[in-house]
Amino acid sequence: MESITGLLTKIFGDGMSPMALLISGGLTMALIMSLVMAMCAIVFTWMERKVAGFLQSRYGPMRVGGFHGVLQPVADMLKILGKEDIIPDEADKALFMLSPFVIFIGSLMAWAAIPFAPGFIASNLDLGLFYIFAVSSAAPAGILMAGWASNNKWALYGAARGAAQMVSYEIPLALAAIPVVMATGSLNMNAIVDAQGGGVLNWYIVHDPFLFLAFCLYFIASIAEVNRGPFDMPETESELVAGYHTEYTGMRFAFFFLAEYANLFLVSCIATAVFLGGWHPIAGPVFLPGLVFLIKAVILVFLQMLVRWTLPRLRVDQLMHTCWKVMVPLTLLCVLGSGIWMMVSGELL
Amino acid sequence: MAADLVFYGFALLTVLAGCFVVFSRNVVHAGFALMFTLLGVAGLYAMLGADFLAVTQTVVYIGGILILVLFAVMMTRVPSQNAPRRGLDRMVPAGIFAVAIFALLYKVATGTSWPTATPGEALPTAKLIGVKLMTDAIFPFEFASLVLLVAMIGAAILIRERKVLPAEAPAEEAATEAPADEPEVTA
Repeated sequence: MESITGLLTKIFGDGMSPMALLISGGLTMALIMSLVMAMCAIVFTWMERKVAGFLQSRYGPMRVGGFHGVLQPVADMLKILGKEDIIPDEADKALFMLSPFVIFIGSLMAWAAIPFAPGFIASNLDLGLFYIFAVSSAAPAGILMAGWASNNKWALYGAARGAAQMVSYEIPLALAAIPVVMATGSLNMNAIVDAQGGGVLNWYIVHDPFLFLAFCLYFIASIAEVNRGPFDMPETESELVAGYHTEYTGMRFAFFFLAEYANLFLVSCIATAVFLGGWHPIAGPVFLPGLVFLIKAVILVFLQMLVRWTLPRLRVDQLMHTCWKVMVPLTLLCVLGSGIWMMVSGELL
Repeated sequence: MAADLVFYGFALLTVLAGCFVVFSRNVVHAGFALMFTLLGVAGLYAMLGADFLAVTQTVVYIGGILILVLFAVMMTRVPSQNAPRRGLDRMVPAGIFAVAIFALLYKVATGTSWPTATPGEALPTAKLIGVKLMTDAIFPFEFASLVLLVAMIGAAILIRERKVLPAEAPAEEAATEAPADEPEVTA
């Protein structure tokens, strides 16, 4: 935000009032983050299909754009823009039209506290990490809205599953990040990344065994939180057609799609900043921080894709069992364990 | 000036959405409007410099309680076919309660002295709240966690699988009672 307002002052001179600067800086940041979300959908749909193809011994998209079908997402986007916007007769029209935006805005708000590079963070909040988890917790309301408004039993089932799953997996997701907050002594995302500078051995993932376990738990919970395989019960195509967005077409569907891939990247960015040292490289001085951050996050996205296309789907009861009887106790163990570790190693006075 | 505008924006959002919650005939719409009321209140907290409270409000009320309310509403009935009854038997108790609550709120609102602080730089509040919770407020904090634990155990007991199905109960009872009777027979 500071760098953006600095840039705006350079372009428009010092004549801008602080309020105008704040508002224009905020709008610029929001625009950049929206573009990041759109890029996520474009890049990761292509990547997803290529990864799926690779794992199933086939090529995936090959025709559009010459090299390995790189322009396939652009063609898909043009197709989806040209689709008819259908609203079912019996749908609750106001809620049906509102829900894609609720989900999209909930996702966009979380991007405000992601530190991509030193100084490149939309809002350097003192409660950064807590804020991200808080605004992501509004997403189930958007999903319930979509499922209810469609007036379709598959959509409602998908929404009920999706909301129950996200509400449940928020708990291990947030608890897994608590040991890091304890080690840093701050919820500020910049402070968390700064504390991990100076090589791979200072990253929180190797801080102590409990933090390594916490990272693994975070990774599993984040897959469930973004409703992707093997935790994609809300949209199981074999039983629920397409889950909560069964009735959506065209641009409205595109918003769901955009939010899904943006959330996939978002949870990977959080993991990068919190566990994998953010913009700090494996060794040596900080070099091209934004690129380092992106590479780490994209590797995590790739891992999530590998998991999705490798493992079979869980059942709903297995899903809840995994969350409440396995992951929540284990994350609590991580919190306790890293607390004891910090006391013994003398980090905590 | 600009801060005033933001305040009125959040206040308007809170009040308008709140009115919608009260006057809407559709329970599900009312539930979703509640989301915007709670969001407005969170915004007001943030404007007062209570950032931790604002974020907690979002997590607890929008992420937790609202979802629970929506689940309950959606799973119980279809609002379009089942508009709420408006008989006198409902209106009289509702009216009494409304007047009583208004009187109480009025008394509290006029009886409180509202201290004002000069707006300054918003300071981080999370650390202060954490220290308070672990020192001065440790008893209420632990007591609240005990209450929640009791609620959780209660919920687990309510939904646990019962070994004996109601339809098969008599046969099962006979089967289980038989061995218990045996000692008496032998005695």
